[in-house]
This record gives sequence, C-alpha cells and structure tokens, in this order.
Amino acid sequence: MKPRRPVVEGYFEERADGSAVLVGGRCDACGAYFFPKRFSFCRNPGCGAPDLADVELSTRGTLWSFTDNRYAPPPPYPAAEPFEPYGVAAVALEAEQMVVLGQLARGTDVAALHAGQAMELCAEDLYETDDAVVRVWKWRIA
Amino acid sequence: MSEVVVLGAGMHPWGKWGRNFVEYGVVAARAALADAGLGWGDVGFLAAGNTMRNGYPGYVSGSTFAQSLGWQGTRVSSSFAACASGAVAIDSARAQIQAGRCDVALVVGADTAPKGFFGPLPGVRPEDPDWIRFHVLGATNPTYFALYARRRMEAYGATTDDFAAVKIKNSRHGLENPNARYRKEFGAAEIAESPVVADPLRLVDICATSDGAAALVLASAEYAARRADRDRHVRIAAISTVTPRYPNTYLDMPDIATDSAVGAALPERSFRDSIAHAAYEEAGLGPGDLSLAEVYDLSTALELDWYENIGLCGEGEAEALLRSGATTLGGRVPVNPSGGLACFGEAIPAQAIAQVVELTTQLRGEAGARQVDGARVGLSINQGLFGHGSCVIATR
Repeated sequence: MKPRRPVVEGYFEERADGSAVLVGGRCDACGAYFFPKRFSFCRNPGCGAPDLADVELSTRGTLWSFTDNRYAPPPPYPAAEPFEPYGVAAVALEAEQMVVLGQLARGTDVAALHAGQAMELCAEDLYETDDAVVRVWKWRIA
Repeated sequence: MSEVVVLGAGMHPWGKWGRNFVEYGVVAARAALADAGLGWGDVGFLAAGNTMRNGYPGYVSGSTFAQSLGWQGTRVSSSFAACASGAVAIDSARAQIQAGRCDVALVVGADTAPKGFFGPLPGVRPEDPDWIRFHVLGATNPTYFALYARRRMEAYGATTDDFAAVKIKNSRHGLENPNARYRKEFGAAEIAESPVVADPLRLVDICATSDGAAALVLASAEYAARRADRDRHVRIAAISTVTPRYPNTYLDMPDIATDSAVGAALPERSFRDSIAHAAYEEAGLGPGDLSLAEVYDLSTALELDWYENIGLCGEGEAEALLRSGATTLGGRVPVNPSGGLACFGEAIPAQAIAQVVELTTQLRGEAGARQVDGARVGLSINQGLFGHGSCVIATR
C-alpha cells in the first residue's frame, strides 16, 4: 500500500482513530486564530505580536454556505478522469469565530444541506501519485 | 482637493477576438482621445491597468501603451489590483492631476482572456493562496460566487427565479450597447435550460471571460474650464480604493478561511459596504442621490449583494427591490444600464474603466436606447480579489 501524505504540509493532521484536525496559528497576546498559519506573526493591527503558536482548530462547526461543482476546474486542481463532481462547504467555527472552507465528503447529498447544520472534519483521498496517496481535509455532516 | 473632469471616454468592443491586448488598448485610447478632441501629444501622464495573462508587456502596461502610442517621454504608472486595477489606474491619474504635475492624463485598461475558468499562474506554489484554493479545494471563482448565492438563499430567501430576473434585466439593458459582447435577450425558459456550473448558479448566471479595452481622458478642472465642450464634462466626485479592515469575517477570494473575530472588535462595516461608504463620504453624497449604478455582476446573485452594499436597500431586501422594478431601466435607480458583466464578460484591467465610461456616457445623456432619464449622479463599484475595493462616483 502506498504511504499517505497531506496535500499541503502543516494544514491538517490525521489521527489514529481516523479523524482529522486542522492546524492553524493562535496569537497568545490577542487570542486571534489564523488558518492557514502562513506567517510567524500576528496580523491583528492592534496586536502585531511576533509569534503564533500552532493550534488545533475545532473539528465541529455549523454550515455557513455550500455548493457543488459540476465542471472540472483548471490545473492545478488534480481532477480525476472521468471528472468527479465535488461539493465545497464554508463552515463557521464557534470558538475561533471564523469560517473555513473544505470540500464536502464524497457522497454528501448537497440538495439535503441547509445553513446552520452541524458539520465535522474528516479526511479523504484527493489524488494518487506514483508513490503516495494524497490526502485532504473535508467537511461531512456531523 | 479640486475635482477632476472626464473629457473623453472610449472602448474597444468586448468579445473573444483572440488578438494581442495592446491592439484593443490602443483602439480604446485613440477613441477616448478623439472623444476629448485631444491628441496623444497632449497627454502628460498615462496610467494603465495590468494584465497577468499576457506576459511581461502586461506587467508593465503603462510603458507598453506609451510605446505603442509612440514614445514621447510621457510618465507612466502600471497598476495591478485584480478586478479593481482600472480604479487604481484612474486614482493614480487623478492624483497626478490633483498634485499639479499634469493637466491631462490618459487611463487605459485592456485584456486578452483565456477561455473558460480563470486559473492561477502556472507552477507549484503552496505559499500562494490563489494556488492553494485551486489545488486543494478546486475552489474556482464560480465556487465562491455560488457560496455567496446560496448564502442569499439561506439567509434571505432569495430564489433562482430572482437570479434569473437579474439576467433577464441585464440582457435587455445591453441589447442596444454596441460595445457589449452578448446582445441577446434571455427569457426564463432559456435560463432554466442552462447547465448548472456550481449550484445554484447556471452558466448564464456567471460572467464570461472576455477580450476588451476601455480608456478615459482626465483633466484638471482649470484645464477643462477653458474648453468649449463644457456641457459634455463629467466630474469625478470620488474614488474609493479601500482595503478591508481587520477582522474581515466575510469569506473573500482567494482565501480558504476568514479572519478570526477573536481578540478584535468587528469593523463598523463589512468590506463591501465600506467600499461604497468611503466614496459617498468623499463625494458628500448618499445612496438617495444616485441616478444609476454600475455594479460588478460577476454572477447574477452578486448584483443583489451590491444593492445592499451600496445602500439602495437594507440587508436582505435586494430581492424585493429587484422585483419592484426600481433597478430596471425606467425605474428609480437603474442598475447596470450598460448590460453589466452579463452582457460584457470580464476583461479584468479594463472593467472598472469601462464602468466609468458607462457613467460618463449616461451623465452626458449620450446613451441612446439605454439612457437613464435625467442622469446626474452615477456610481460604479467592484472588488478585486486579495482585498481590493473599487468605487467611483461621477456627477455632471
């Protein structure tokens, strides 16, 4: 079996029990969260602290909006052949007071979704290379 | 600070012509100069909007157009602010005039666009949010438009019939616009047969990518006052090129997450609201003063968002305003009398300039079949990804 690797280093982690968690940055000075972390410093103009700590974000949130995509995007999206439509969800995290995007888990019935419903993070295969299965975080109905 | 005057406006028609963007830009620039009764030799400053998809000449658009019109030592600027590039170019030209460094400035934006979805620049660049959103999520521009559209449905009860009504309205508005790419009236039945690209948006809800160019000739009020054609002069009352205020908690392209509201007070206004607010403050005008507006209908649903962002109605009231007919030609404040992006498609660095060309044409009373009666104040607004606001208020 090919080893798994995340589609981008440092954005999320998979746990032994099969669950997944996003990893962002948190400012110890003002409390702000950032996802992805991207930089070492805090971008709150009233703070500007030089360091952010790595922090696991909430794995559950509420659905803010959603869509499905029925046409293959251009590269660098690793579209399967034949193209497989996929959903995208915007999920609000209560503790972090932010909205985070993710694809919807395969098989999610987009027509049955509604804003405000509970969602949780998971991970699925995005594509395969010659030597790895590339994984990505996704949102699924909680 | 004295107001700057629009002396000339010109365009190259929008389409899919497949030629070099410089060709379109030169046509538009010459048209604007001819409209102003001036020559290239009268221009003291050239401000251009960049294009990212046409190689190095697109990154140095100011000198590209200066060379193409013929080197004459003109000072130039080349601006990129995504869809807001044109507004930044207009702002750059205005600042030169207001600083007294020139009397007449030329503003140009032109693009040759690829077919289909816009993608990020080539290469593997995990540090670039625009690359990340495509590679990791397949989040195209229509994905974001669809998330905004679905949000309107969930939060305010908008329907796909409302989105179709925007398309029908704009398709009628653009019928007689000689610079529009699509001059075809759409009906509800035809829209219902259009394939869904990103639910709830259909292909006809989403603007195409186009080739095209637009140009303006701007002048100082003192220079303009000495001319005989003063009844055609249009004044730039405000230009807003604001960026968001932290924390920006509304999902914004190309980010895959919003700012966190922890640890900071929310700004008084959303980013999109703040774009128009800054322009109204500068002009000393308000939504009630508008005769017309040109808003960035990247999707039909997004036009409804803009009604609220520019204060034509309260939050969640855009569908009712649309249904009342107020934003249709003949209504209280027609929106997108040009036909909007629905009829033009998007030629990125030209689009904000094209919006001001339409304001100019309307305020002069030269818009023919799509003329807004008695137009005195016009507002144009758009937003470029990565946090660029763009709003111009023009008066006659």
